[in-house]
Amino acid sequence: MGPASNVRSGRNWLVIALPYSWLLLFFLAPFALVLKISLSQSALSMPPYAPVFDWSDDLRAIIEKLSALSFDSFAGLFNDSLYVESYVSSVIIAAIATILTLFVAYPFALAIARSSSKLRPILIGLAIAPFWTSFLIRVYAWIMILKDEGLLNRFLLSIGLIDAPLGIFATNTAIVIGIVYSYLPFMLLPLYAAIEAQDPALLEAAADLGASPARAFLRITLPLSMRGVVAGSLLVFIPAVAEFVIPDLLGGSDTLMIGRTLWNDFFLNRDWPAASAAAIVLLLLLVAPLLVYERVQLQDQEARR
Amino acid sequence: MRAGASLARTGMLVGGFAFLYGPMLLLVVYSFNASRLVTVWAGFSTRWYAALTQEAQLMASVRVSLLVALLSALIATFNGTLAAIALVRFGSFRTRTIFAGAIYAPLVMPEVILGLSLLLLFVALGIERGLWTIVAAHATFTMCFVTVVVQSRLVGFDRALEEAAMDLGAGPARTFIAITLPLIRPAIVAGFLLAFTLSLDDLVIASFTAGPGSTTLPMRVYSQVRLGVSPEINAISTLMLAVVGLALLFFAALSRQRGD
Repeated sequence: MGPASNVRSGRNWLVIALPYSWLLLFFLAPFALVLKISLSQSALSMPPYAPVFDWSDDLRAIIEKLSALSFDSFAGLFNDSLYVESYVSSVIIAAIATILTLFVAYPFALAIARSSSKLRPILIGLAIAPFWTSFLIRVYAWIMILKDEGLLNRFLLSIGLIDAPLGIFATNTAIVIGIVYSYLPFMLLPLYAAIEAQDPALLEAAADLGASPARAFLRITLPLSMRGVVAGSLLVFIPAVAEFVIPDLLGGSDTLMIGRTLWNDFFLNRDWPAASAAAIVLLLLLVAPLLVYERVQLQDQEARR
Repeated sequence: MRAGASLARTGMLVGGFAFLYGPMLLLVVYSFNASRLVTVWAGFSTRWYAALTQEAQLMASVRVSLLVALLSALIATFNGTLAAIALVRFGSFRTRTIFAGAIYAPLVMPEVILGLSLLLLFVALGIERGLWTIVAAHATFTMCFVTVVVQSRLVGFDRALEEAAMDLGAGPARTFIAITLPLIRPAIVAGFLLAFTLSLDDLVIASFTAGPGSTTLPMRVYSQVRLGVSPEINAISTLMLAVVGLALLFFAALSRQRGD
């Protein structure tokens, strides 16, 4: 696309006005609001916070109010062990689940990528089809399987492998299983794309030069698929940190994950400033992985051009 | 050694697909269980499906979900397509970074944050929450997916076709309708379906932005799931899986016919 084609394209600003104003109103403005409310005091009213700014404020009033901004919600966040523990355990659970997902997805993606070219599109289609089905239902299926009187325990008891239920349900293990299962397609697709794009001649050359299959894998396939590994891991890790449905349905009452703590603060305790401050901190926590992901995507786009 | 590798590959494929589809298969099988105790098999029965039709609230939430998905997907497809055209064709313009950032951010933004921020917006504007607030919220987070799908089609697009039309005297609007639109239509349709499915599936954002009279199907299912496993939920789940499965088969057959 040279500059000449830009002249011909007849940039019509109406094209951009609609999506732009939609995003300004429904995406950027709400963020300003979250920030604003996180800086206000909680109050027993509806809405349950005392406003910081009024639209009618003049500049001096705004400056006065700026100096009186309340950082109580943020201070409260770090003094509240519930929140600190929620952040820490969310990151740990999400990290463990991401690594496990990678270990499940990699051989699976490899097996699909090394299948015959006729089978490949069918197999990858089948592997990501569950993404189109309801997330809630897929998590629900695991309640049925993991419960103490669930299918897994019943089966293991009946064949005599165990003599008491495993007690996986309502633990962090159940949450990790839920995340691995639900987010597997997100890991599979980038891995498959990265492995499938490799030239098979590279492996043949390695074999000709006497490399064992294991060595060829470690020296060629794995390094060449690193972009897929990074992209897939971030696609699993970022939403898993903030996951609400999985810890709520598969976790125990003592499970602390930030998405759930935030939800409870919002809907049960009705502490909107605290929930807003929690959302801001969560976002800050995810800024680094988000930026890395954007970078990888950008490099990918450049490479394809 | 070659046979060994092929065996390992087959084993991995069987194991992988068993893991992906096993839990859903169990759900389907046990929805036909006669017993109320979900995990004790007591013979084949369709009684839970018959029981579903008696649940007026459930049927109402199906209607809400379908309406929300349809309306929000239409808005998202419209906005998302325009945004994709702007991103691919406008080159660099001022505030492009903000625009692109706002487009891509919701793709990976945690749902709890999106839901919370939209609820605060509706409260601040004094808008009563209901069907339309869910539609607006869903249209916002799904339009980004439409943009990505349409954008990838526009990038691999031969501009010479448009230039030819313009050389032959067609104006920009006519060129767009006669040339550009038909060529990117498959991507627009795919984007619409993606937006529709994502809206139908969403629990978190809908919970934040819904009002008292507008409960979506995932919200209804969720409130029942919290109370424990029940054969009725298995029956609803099976129906939802069946609808998605049939739709996927239909589109797979369609794209095979077209030879895409």
